[in-house]
Formats: sequence, C-alpha cells, structure tokens
Amino acid sequence: MLRTPLYEEHQKLGASFTDFGGWEMPVRYGSDLDEHHAVRNSAGLFDISHMAEFAVSGDAASFLDYALVSKISELAEGRAKYSLICAQDGGAIDDLIVYRRSSDFLIISNAANRAAVGAALASYSSNFDVVINDCSAELSLIAIQGPNATAILQSQASIDLAPLRYYSIAEGELADIPVSFCRTGYTGEDGFELLVDNRSAAELWAKLLEFGGDALNPCGLASRDTLRLEAGMPLYDHELNSTLTPMNAGLGKVVRFDKESFVGKDALARRQDEPPQLHGLIGEGRRAARADYEIFEPGGQNPIGKVTSGVLSPTLGYPIAMALLAGSYAEGTELEADVRGQRVGYKVTRLPFYKRGK
Amino acid sequence: MANPDHLKYTKEHEWVSVEGDVATIGITKYAADALGEIVYVDLPKLGSTTTHMKICGEIESTKSVGEIYAPMDGEVVEVNSALESSPDTINQDPFGEGWLVKIRYTELPDLLSSSEYDAFVGE
Repeated sequence: MLRTPLYEEHQKLGASFTDFGGWEMPVRYGSDLDEHHAVRNSAGLFDISHMAEFAVSGDAASFLDYALVSKISELAEGRAKYSLICAQDGGAIDDLIVYRRSSDFLIISNAANRAAVGAALASYSSNFDVVINDCSAELSLIAIQGPNATAILQSQASIDLAPLRYYSIAEGELADIPVSFCRTGYTGEDGFELLVDNRSAAELWAKLLEFGGDALNPCGLASRDTLRLEAGMPLYDHELNSTLTPMNAGLGKVVRFDKESFVGKDALARRQDEPPQLHGLIGEGRRAARADYEIFEPGGQNPIGKVTSGVLSPTLGYPIAMALLAGSYAEGTELEADVRGQRVGYKVTRLPFYKRGK
Repeated sequence: MANPDHLKYTKEHEWVSVEGDVATIGITKYAADALGEIVYVDLPKLGSTTTHMKICGEIESTKSVGEIYAPMDGEVVEVNSALESSPDTINQDPFGEGWLVKIRYTELPDLLSSSEYDAFVGE
C-alpha cells in the first residue's frame, strides 16, 4: 500500500489505519465522534496527501472548458471551481476542484481516480497546446477545517487570510514554510487545504498541531466521511461513478450547456432527466441504513433505489442517507429502508443535511 | 490493554465471565477498537432464550455493524440498559461497565483462555 509523507506522524499519534484507494491512511486517532465534533466546534487537521494534483499550463483555459463540464475560462485568477470530468457517454470520471493560479491551473482530484483523470486529460488534450503535469508524487495536502481554523493559521501565516474568500487560492508561507492556501474543504465548515512540498509536509503538520494546541484535533478519514455526508457532498464510487452523469448526482448546475463544445455534451444533453436521481433521506430511530441498503415506498415489495452513503449523523443525532432513486421524490415523501431485514421509516429531505451558521 | 486473565473468550471476540450458573458477556477491547466509536446497541430482550452461535444482537459504530453471537444456550436474565443512552461505554470500558448481557446458561461451550485469545488475535 502507498503511504503519505505523514505516515510516521500518524503512527506517533497512535492512529488506526485503513486502506483507502490503495493508500494506507489514518481512519481515526482516538474516537471518530470526537474528531467529528472537533471540526464542527473548533478545528480538525486531516492528511489528504493521497489526493491527486495536476498542473495545466499553456492554452489551459480553453482546454479545460473542453475537458471539464464547467466554464473554467470564467474563473478569475486566485479563484477555484468545483467541477467534473466526464467521458463521451456523459459518465463521471471524477469530481474535482480547479484552482486558477497566476500562470497555470491546478486540478485536485480523487486519489483512486488519479490514473483515470490523467488518462482522460491526456486524451482530451490532443488538439490543444497545453502541458499537463501530474505533480501528485511531489505534493502533500493538509486540510485544516472548522470555525477556529482561520485563527489558528493566521497567527503563523505570512499573508492576511481574511480577504481570501471561500473557493480561493493564495501563495504564502506558514511558519516560514511555503504553502498554497486553498480556502476549500470537504467538511461543510470553513477552513483551508494547504498544498505543501512533500519534503516540508511533516514539519508543517507538526507545527500546525503545536500552534493549534487544544483547539486542533488530528482527524482521520472516518470523521471526514461523516462530515462530508452531513454536508451533502458526494463521494466518488458512492454518489458518483462512471455510469452516472452529474445530473444523476444532483450536480446538474455544474454543467454548462451554453459552452460550444465539451467532452460528453451531446450525451449529457440527451441524458438530462434520466433516472436515477440522488436524494437526501432522514430516518427514524438510531439504526442507520448504510451503503447498498434498498429503499422502498411504504409497504412496497420492489425497491425504488439504494442508499449510496448512510450513517447515524453525529451532529444531528438521527440517521441520514443519500440514495439514488428511480425517479424524483418530493421533499417530505415517506419511504422505507430495509435495514438488515427490518423496515425503517425514512423521509425525503433537502440536501445538505447540515449547514454551518454564518 | 491486555485481555484479562480471569475471563474466557470466544472467536467472535466476546468475553465471558462465569459466576455460578450465570455468565456475563461483553465484547473484547480488540473488537471495540476494530468497530470504532459505538453509536447504537441492539441487545436481546430480558427473558429471551439464546442459542449457541446464533445472532442475538447488533453493535453499530459510525463506520460498521457488528453482530453479537450468543456464546451459549440459555436465558437472558439481565441486560445492560445503560448502553442504550451511552453505547460508547463499550469503547471506554469493554471489560467492565461496557458488559452487554447476563445469561443463565444450560451448558457452557469450550471457551478460549486469555492466552489462547491473545494468540488468536495475534497479540
């Protein structure tokens, strides 16, 4: 299994590890519920160095308008956009974030899809004068998320972080270590993702924990998953896969059909209203329907869909789930999940389940 | 934490403490750690009968679901109802306050000693 440059730091902190997309990653350090609540109430620190990074330079704006479903050329310098890369049949190869830097674009995509994204970018680029550099092996990514994240960083940052809006990127130093400050995240909280050279990653991690003190908890992938689920954010291979379009996953607003051409446009236009559709569900009691559990209309014998992710929400205290259903069900519709042989009542709700206060 | 010497163990990662004809059952620290933070426990009802190696309950963490296998035939004479409101007690004190049920058994199966269980989980 692959390891990030922070593996030894995790070992020192007593982490339990799990295989995630071929990477040996910390799943928790102590209690995953404590780690979850730390992010909602103070701040959490995540190693997400397994994520893949691609730098695209040259005629990159036009190329990315063609390769991705969004209009990347509209992105101002220093800003970022959530987007997807699709195949010609409209199926999602990955979801990703594009950052516009001063002289190039940076794409951050999922670890497990690094090869697929790299191959798609290369094949889509044949008519463009661009250079695509997979820099995943040189860069580490450390996320600091939660209401206290900015204050913890600001004390040691060389730049003023306050003017940096959500979905922005800026270069600077943190405790004299060069980093890119990306104001993005996967938890539903304010915070940053810090891009850093592998050689400085362990030093940065240790310094962040030192500055953060009691206000900052190292957090594993277990809490990252429950946090993103509460925030209604898709996880590839759960809410997204190569057979699903962005519209299936409720991400239709990311697709810009007003662009002249982009990979997958014709198929996506044709598949606009096709089922399944991603829904948010909230359940009764405390038993959570988990991924792959079937969903039914009340008393129904034929499943109308399946849960893609589900958990007893640590913040809300009741079961939440995202599910792909064969049709569109209005908010408030009562449904049932088969939880290991027992029917549990679930109700359709609007996503996200959790939204941070302003 | 070591697996206490005075307890017996099953390969389903349960511990058994026998006093007279009643056995107290819990899950081991190894099992609790593997599950992660426990958020829900479904225990058998008071007075219900248990059958050796039949599922009699569930333990859920945020990440997974574990089944409780009855370690022996018998009748449930006490359940740890405190776990309903604080299931994470199992993580904090698996060999003590985190016990699950007490069973008045009819016959005890072969159980592992602490050193046999240590070897089983590779400790």
